[in-house]
Amino acid sequence: MMSLLISVLVPYGPGLAEYADVVLNRESDKAGVRPVIFPHWFHRVRYQCRVCHSELGFEMRAGANLVTMQDITDGQFCGACHDGEIAWSTENCDLCHSALPGTAAGIRGGHETLGPGNW
Amino acid sequence: MKIIYTHFLLYGSMLIMLVVASVIIPDNALYADPNAFNRLMKPPSERNPSPAQDGIHDPESAGVSSLQKPRQSFGALPKGKSGNYVDWVKALEGGDIAPRYDRDDPAAEPVIMDLNIVREVKGSMPNVVYPHKQHTEWLDCSNCHPAIFIPQKGANNISMASILLGEQCGVCHGKVAFPVSECRRCHSQVKQTTASMDKKASAQKEVTQ
Repeated sequence: MMSLLISVLVPYGPGLAEYADVVLNRESDKAGVRPVIFPHWFHRVRYQCRVCHSELGFEMRAGANLVTMQDITDGQFCGACHDGEIAWSTENCDLCHSALPGTAAGIRGGHETLGPGNW
Repeated sequence: MKIIYTHFLLYGSMLIMLVVASVIIPDNALYADPNAFNRLMKPPSERNPSPAQDGIHDPESAGVSSLQKPRQSFGALPKGKSGNYVDWVKALEGGDIAPRYDRDDPAAEPVIMDLNIVREVKGSMPNVVYPHKQHTEWLDCSNCHPAIFIPQKGANNISMASILLGEQCGVCHGKVAFPVSECRRCHSQVKQTTASMDKKASAQKEVTQ
């Protein structure tokens, strides 16, 4: 209930998040864990867009990807790299599941303004 | 009785919402002074916040302090005007970053296509020059074609309205690539209008006189 209230109140937070932080929350809140924050900027320093958006099968559009822990432990999506060898494994829950409970899914960070013209 | 109960529930939940809001939303420029100059603009000190202060990470989560801070990563990269305040194209071209083209093979090279598409636009706004080069340095053809753009001349009806709604260029620009506030990075080809030609002619006339 509390998380629902927060999500209604703060649909896009105070707008301070880093540009291109992606919140994944299709399953997390339902499952009682913190939503995932995927820092897109961190990953683009290390991999070109095509690695995740072609090789790993992530759709280009926000909200078009349903990623489950089952997929990840099977080596799909995030699990292609987050396997304990290339990047940290799924045992480190709180490194990915790090958002405030109830944070709505979507791409955050916006632009410079915090007002209604924010895109 | 039922109505009173409903009211109690409604106002009670509103009170909880207010309490929650005061906890969640920090005292920032949003509410400090409604008449402050540029109250909606982020001052430089608030750009690239660290995860614990960015408003979406849970500072109580044990892992948050271990995450890389954006400023640690961006310090050495060429500066940009908006977004992450990093010029990602320059960073890639200048070798400041070397993102892998292939997950496993660090030596794999991207297939770069050097083809500019000029799109004439309405009014006095400069035409758009779309460079395939800078895009194929990051992306595969299949990332955009055919789902986002039909790979055929004249087949795509692009508008700023749809870009702002997150379609077409807006699938990336405004979300992960530089935002549309940087008009002239796309609208870069100044038009030869009658007015500009007249201006040029009169300037030449002045020189000759």
